[in-house]
Amino acid sequence: MSSCLRLCTAASCRSRGAMALLQSSDRPVKEVGCLGPCSEGPLAAEGAQLLSLKPAEGEPLAPSLGAALAGSRAISADDPFLKLQRRLVLARCGVVDPGCIDDALAQGAYQQLQAVLAANNPSAVIDTVRRSGLRGRGGAGYPTGLKWATVAAMPSDQKVVVCNADEGDPGAFMDRTLMEGDPHTLLEGMAIAAFAVGAAQGFIYIRAEYPLAIERLRRAIAAAEARGWLGTAIGGSRFSFGIELRVGAGAYVCGEETALIHSIEGRRGVPRPRPPYPAEHGVFGLPTLINNVETFGNIPPLLRLGVEAYGAGTKVFSLTGHVQRSGVLEVPMGTPLRTIVETMGGGAPPGRQIKAVQTGGPSGGCIPASALNTPVDYDSLKALGTIMGSGGMVVMDDTTNMVDIAAFFIAFSREESCGKCIPCRSGTVQLEMLLRKLLERRASAADLTQLEALCHTVADASLCGLGQSAPKPVLSTLRHFRGDYLELLEPGEVVR
Amino acid sequence: MSVCTLRINDHDIAVPAGTTLLQAAQQATIPIPTLCFLEGLSAVAACRLCLVEVSGADGREEPRLLAACVTAATEGMRVQTHTPRLQEIRRTVIELLFTEGNHVCAICVANGHCELQNLAVEVGMDHSRLPYRFPERHVDLSHPQYGLDHNRCILCTRCVRVCDEVEGAHVWDVGWRGEHCQIISGLHEPWGDVQACTHCGKCVDVCPTGALFHKVDTSSEKHGHPERLQRLMHARTHQQWTP
Amino acid sequence: MDAMSTNTPRKTRLATVWLAGCSGCHMSFLDLDEWLLELAEQADIVYSPVGSDAKTYPADVDIALVEGGVANADNLELLLQVRANTRTLVSFGDCAITANIPGMRNMLRGSDPVLRRAYLELADGSGQLPHAPGIVPELLERVLPVHELVPVEVYLPGCPPPAERIRAALEPLLHGERPQLSGSDQIRFG
Repeated sequence: MSSCLRLCTAASCRSRGAMALLQSSDRPVKEVGCLGPCSEGPLAAEGAQLLSLKPAEGEPLAPSLGAALAGSRAISADDPFLKLQRRLVLARCGVVDPGCIDDALAQGAYQQLQAVLAANNPSAVIDTVRRSGLRGRGGAGYPTGLKWATVAAMPSDQKVVVCNADEGDPGAFMDRTLMEGDPHTLLEGMAIAAFAVGAAQGFIYIRAEYPLAIERLRRAIAAAEARGWLGTAIGGSRFSFGIELRVGAGAYVCGEETALIHSIEGRRGVPRPRPPYPAEHGVFGLPTLINNVETFGNIPPLLRLGVEAYGAGTKVFSLTGHVQRSGVLEVPMGTPLRTIVETMGGGAPPGRQIKAVQTGGPSGGCIPASALNTPVDYDSLKALGTIMGSGGMVVMDDTTNMVDIAAFFIAFSREESCGKCIPCRSGTVQLEMLLRKLLERRASAADLTQLEALCHTVADASLCGLGQSAPKPVLSTLRHFRGDYLELLEPGEVVR
Repeated sequence: MSVCTLRINDHDIAVPAGTTLLQAAQQATIPIPTLCFLEGLSAVAACRLCLVEVSGADGREEPRLLAACVTAATEGMRVQTHTPRLQEIRRTVIELLFTEGNHVCAICVANGHCELQNLAVEVGMDHSRLPYRFPERHVDLSHPQYGLDHNRCILCTRCVRVCDEVEGAHVWDVGWRGEHCQIISGLHEPWGDVQACTHCGKCVDVCPTGALFHKVDTSSEKHGHPERLQRLMHARTHQQWTP
Repeated sequence: MDAMSTNTPRKTRLATVWLAGCSGCHMSFLDLDEWLLELAEQADIVYSPVGSDAKTYPADVDIALVEGGVANADNLELLLQVRANTRTLVSFGDCAITANIPGMRNMLRGSDPVLRRAYLELADGSGQLPHAPGIVPELLERVLPVHELVPVEVYLPGCPPPAERIRAALEPLLHGERPQLSGSDQIRFG
């Protein structure tokens, strides 16, 4: 099978006609998940050779897979986009057929679960996770081992493990990539977590906008149940764990853990104050472990490699925007931003300069080009006024006005505010009004002062993380690109 | 019962474990403004007026902003209730509430007895620094006795909670999201068509503004009656009715 | 208040201005009763619908009480004159501060629905929209509070502000001080 032609039929290549190529094929083709540089798609691979089936500029897609292959362009394994990656979470993505559990099993799926069950030592698992230093990949970066230990310590005979797959940041599709490309790694990671904390019930909360990921997860769960890797007496042990899929109804705020819990329970998806934290009082009041897709995806490779070899781990990013090559990449934690956007992504389009890189979506901020040497890790990005976030990385060149960007993200947060607390519900509206006033060149220096003050109030006073971080795109652009704001002040305004 | 000691502003206070900061402050007669909170209903910490600066809890020294209505007092906490930062937040919150609805005090049934109007005075709001938005909102007069004027609704959800938690009818809920949020009756039906409504009037009694009102009331004639809820809850808890 | 601190003291030049309001704030001003006599000792009323015959807004005004929201072209023009010629502009009453009752037409989105309702839909037979350039001022699309258009120094809320509240604001102003209004007696809306 390994020499068989692999064709990416995940969302990105699908949108570029991969299904038409698949249906036109007269040779055996293995459907796989994301192969990486989505902007070169549709993508195929034969052995280690990656092939771009992208038609030339302005040309239609080839009428058949044969014709597309005849006109394909090989992407060298030495290409920095591929070479500089360290694929741990995505190790099997683009290699296995996500619809075929036999393929996954043949390539090592559920081996770590089996080993964990055989060792029958939950606290050893938690200890490994803790020693690895793994932090939540959903954005906040909470130490995963500590979270697991807290849930494990809860005196309850019923606990719940939840996977947050409500990936909603604009420009973020890392989790979708794993779920579409290698769902069994996620299921295995969740099962290991459930064993470690003593949970028998699991939920994957996934957004409705990911129909292919939903379909592949459903199939993977059914297959894992049929093979005894989910359900009762897993792997012949006394451990039982079932996973239910819960599909969201389109609210970004349901990625916030307390809103997510309400939504799983069938209630209105609005956040509530913490404490109590989900570890203590989660789904249906039970102690609940919530991690995101990539965090669970880290568990099987971590256990396979051991803490030493795992090292600082990796981070998956989806690279988009004004960059020559976009797609999904997994790099060692601490890789400089410049390596990702310039070396791997090829930098800005010809004749343009990179102006900023946005990370962390509506909760994050913009990093100026002058700070591109910053290593991507939780603390370095925080020091720059942004966050690691879930992994969306949007590159902007010098044609971009940063006030426009700030207005875009504030409009997003305004639209996605649940409306429960007033600073977020109404503050985001007023912030957007102020930004529009600026963009229409009707704003005074006093408006700029008010914009900044209101940002701090919304950040300080909002109930949940969405509202608290909603002003970050404004504050970070004010910090690094104040000139863009001053240029928009009414004529005659004194520039401070 | 264990007791913890904490400091609010410059008062040292001892309270039973589990006491909220709001209760502890009340005990020390330190006023903290509230709006969505109402004794007798669950606390939702939505209006953010009762935010206080807390340090010294869980070994954290840098002050954090926490809602006093849902934060339990712990040993060694130091609480500030009226710092400039908090006063700025409170005034902005009230301005945001005034500007997102259509609050025309002069012609309102609750004029003179309105919690929002009172809070504007308390936070020193002599004008709104933020522009008024003048949203288009409607009035539901389909109920035989009561009316709902969405122009005056501040989405505190007291009506939702009292109907669900106390009356057990769950007529009210919140529909849509963000700036489009709106209190809805039944499955977004006219209030008068919702058969679950028992006509008890508790929602009108606890509404802090003139949003829910008796149809017989005209300008300045509505008085809220949160004390009726509190008497009822006292009777339920202590099995003792003192009218 | 530089006028107050000069060596040759002159009487304060006080104006009251009526934009889109019901004139209730001015009625409340008249409720100052005998204190008006004291006021007259200290101030010249240089422009006022209730205390002066001046038809144009004068220059060099110390204090102006501006009642009403800004609803039409005339209101706006006058307000700009007031701002340009006044040291201390007092936003006088809820209509000036919040747009209040005149502002309720803003919920109908624009002046046209209001004019149509008033002059066509509710007319007996031969309604027509008012249009007399130079005679009938055109309505603005939205009625706005004064401070959303020009800077304001003092806010005096109330519908109307009671006479005592007006006095509480004016007394310090006459002495060249900025009034510090607080509490239910002094800053309550409605």
